[in-house]
Amino acid sequence: MSQFSRRGLLKTGAAAGVIAATGLPAKSAAKRGGKLRMGLNGANTSDSFDGRTHSDQFMIHMGHGTVFDCLTEVTASGELVGELAESWEASSDAKTWTFNLRKGVTFHNGKSFGADDVIASLSMHTEEGAKSAAKPIVAAITEMKKMNDHQIQFTLSAGNADFPFLLSDYHILMYPAGMIDEAIAKGIGTGLYKVVSFDPGVRCVLARVDSHYKDGRAGWFDEIECIAINDSSARMNALMTGQVDAVNRVDFKTEPLLRANPNIEIFEVTGNMQYTFPMLTNQAPFNDINVRKALKYGIDRQEMVDKILQGHGMIGNDHPIGPANQYLATEIPQIELDLDKAKFHMKEAGLTELNVELSASDAAFTGAVDASQLYQASAKSAGININVVQEPADGYWSNVWLKKGWCACYWSGRATEDWMFSTAYESGVPWNDTHWENARFQELLLTARAELDSNKRREQYTEMQLICSQEGGTIIPMFANTVDAASTKLAHGPDIGNIWQMDSSRLTERWWFA
Amino acid sequence: MGSIFQIILQRLALGALTLQIVSIVIFVAVNALPGDFAQAILGQGATDEAVAQIRADLGLDQNYFTRYFSWLVNVLTGNLGISFAQMNFASNMGGDQLVGVVEQIAPRFKATMFLAGVTAIFAVPISITLGVLAALYRNSIFDRAVNITTLSSISSPEFFLAYILILVLAVLNPIFPSLSNVYEGMALGEKLNRTMLPALTLTLVVTAHMMRMTRAAIINLLASPYIEMARLKGISPMRVIVRHALPNALAPIINVIALNLAYLITGVVVVEVVFVYPGIGQLFVDSVKIRDIPVVQACCLIFAAAYILLNLMADILSILSNPRLRHPK
Repeated sequence: MSQFSRRGLLKTGAAAGVIAATGLPAKSAAKRGGKLRMGLNGANTSDSFDGRTHSDQFMIHMGHGTVFDCLTEVTASGELVGELAESWEASSDAKTWTFNLRKGVTFHNGKSFGADDVIASLSMHTEEGAKSAAKPIVAAITEMKKMNDHQIQFTLSAGNADFPFLLSDYHILMYPAGMIDEAIAKGIGTGLYKVVSFDPGVRCVLARVDSHYKDGRAGWFDEIECIAINDSSARMNALMTGQVDAVNRVDFKTEPLLRANPNIEIFEVTGNMQYTFPMLTNQAPFNDINVRKALKYGIDRQEMVDKILQGHGMIGNDHPIGPANQYLATEIPQIELDLDKAKFHMKEAGLTELNVELSASDAAFTGAVDASQLYQASAKSAGININVVQEPADGYWSNVWLKKGWCACYWSGRATEDWMFSTAYESGVPWNDTHWENARFQELLLTARAELDSNKRREQYTEMQLICSQEGGTIIPMFANTVDAASTKLAHGPDIGNIWQMDSSRLTERWWFA
Repeated sequence: MGSIFQIILQRLALGALTLQIVSIVIFVAVNALPGDFAQAILGQGATDEAVAQIRADLGLDQNYFTRYFSWLVNVLTGNLGISFAQMNFASNMGGDQLVGVVEQIAPRFKATMFLAGVTAIFAVPISITLGVLAALYRNSIFDRAVNITTLSSISSPEFFLAYILILVLAVLNPIFPSLSNVYEGMALGEKLNRTMLPALTLTLVVTAHMMRMTRAAIINLLASPYIEMARLKGISPMRVIVRHALPNALAPIINVIALNLAYLITGVVVVEVVFVYPGIGQLFVDSVKIRDIPVVQACCLIFAAAYILLNLMADILSILSNPRLRHPK
């Protein structure tokens, strides 16, 4: 397990909770040819090639890595490499970054790619009224200076060692400057595949470009047809009957049936998707650290993985860093169900009995209500009475999350530690769903952000994970796997990306027909 | 014949009124659901400012009356509006290439009509034939078998029938594809092949109603004196039914066929989702999910109009098929 972090964690056996870091062997050398048919969920009639609006699997996959490219890319094994950027360099305070762009790259309409395109594409996210999820990333850039056609210098408002990493985000696609509206409407990017036809919420047909800078490394299919199949049974049927070659989001309930089919390979990775129970730490009783600790020891994490995820996941340790991050600390002590410790902390808090309400809805995650009831049962013997309040799924995120004292929630995770912590754990940020504040944690967050030495960063992030795990206000019982499936006619490299579904949404470029 | 036109005009006027009432009911119902477009589209990102921003962009912050009447005025001028999803997208892009609700629905509606048409081509002749045969051999084993089969299929939920058909005809015996993703420009043969399973499912759902009505209407007539007369003349039972009883039983049969055809257009939601058929039903489900009121309203108006027009057509046809109604005193 030496390469534990950021490796595709593939679970090959059905044994619950056993995670072996074994990549599946490549079946043959990659070769060109064939038409890939893919069935994906998460498609909507309102879909478009505007990266700023991408949030669901269908467009994430069609966008970055298929029709468009980003400046940087995270490989299947987790290294950061250049995509449209060839190399980059930071000043010692991590505030000024110089990027060298790849030369000789052209968009699908023949326009050549250069520094102006980068500036225009990044500016899209901070335009007046733009509702881009990547806005905070781009807003941190105070100046974009074009040094020459293929070199660009960014100045950040504060040092950020993760800056090149953040540019691999699927929202930050590169568009041709001056024709961005047209590029969004028609899907004109620099990717391996160009759009033949696109019917939002229905299907997308793509063809391989004749020549590409990734030739010989990626982009093996001649044609791709991506079909929107939002209904999970229909998606599984399509794969079973051979109408598509690959599908995402395998339903845990039908997974054994797919596994029994010799023509289907299930690929499963543990990423950063986590199911959580945040409590507002500025409200009684959760403002008492002993109450939080008693609650942490009152939950049976393994039971959650076994029953709620049916084995497709791993237990969490109350900090949000997962296997798809660089600095997951595996050495910090794992919190387990321990009723004696829970009772001890109850006594420390001066309580013999604790009555709390836990708001849950399946809007938070599939099985959230069941998970809350399991929690209720396991905590009961420690004198903790959890009253599970079932909330309506509609409006859950507006009316319950961040409003009720304790509720169920999920996070899809973030590619970097800093991004995750500063989204939901930094004091004062709007999505800090526990209102938690910790001086040491805050100090480490700021130093680690600008630290370029990765050994020092590892130490800092490890300490932060420890503080979070022991004192934080979020209970994170489990990390859910992404489970996808494909026909055995397809082959792939030794690693499978774990940042997003479908080989980090790059199946179209990384896989081939054996 | 003048009276028929009078009836048509009168019914069309009533239909328009019905449509308006439907639109009010839908508007109230969608607004009564918890959550709105802004919350649905933002999901976990629904911070108060973001929700308020989207509501302001889409005019969702205005009161119900203003919103409903501005929509109504647009519809009366032939403009079904622009979906919230498109408008939200435009306010994000600053672009102007908006797809109206009409352009969004048109291809989906065509697909749904195609599916309804294919189903009707199967279902109507099959149910009438079965109904006639069941009346002819009433209380025989054949009659009972047909009744039991069609009644069980109408009593099962559509998705259950759909999955059984997928299991039998797509997984165990790969005859038809389980995915019905038809698209514009597909060859007709291929399109038919892919439409087969949803069409069969719908056939199973609508057959019982039409077949039972045909059977009942004919049996009802078999007791009348003129049928007895025909029998006494020595005409074969088949001819008695087809030549003498059926024409007089047409009115109720036409009515029930119209009702079922309307169902084929409006009731396909579940079937379309199961088979991934890109029809209006899927669009409807997507839109309700995100509370996209302009699209939901447009779909509902289409559904309601289908019922009204098909019922009107049924009434006219039954008048035409009955000389007594054609020449009222």
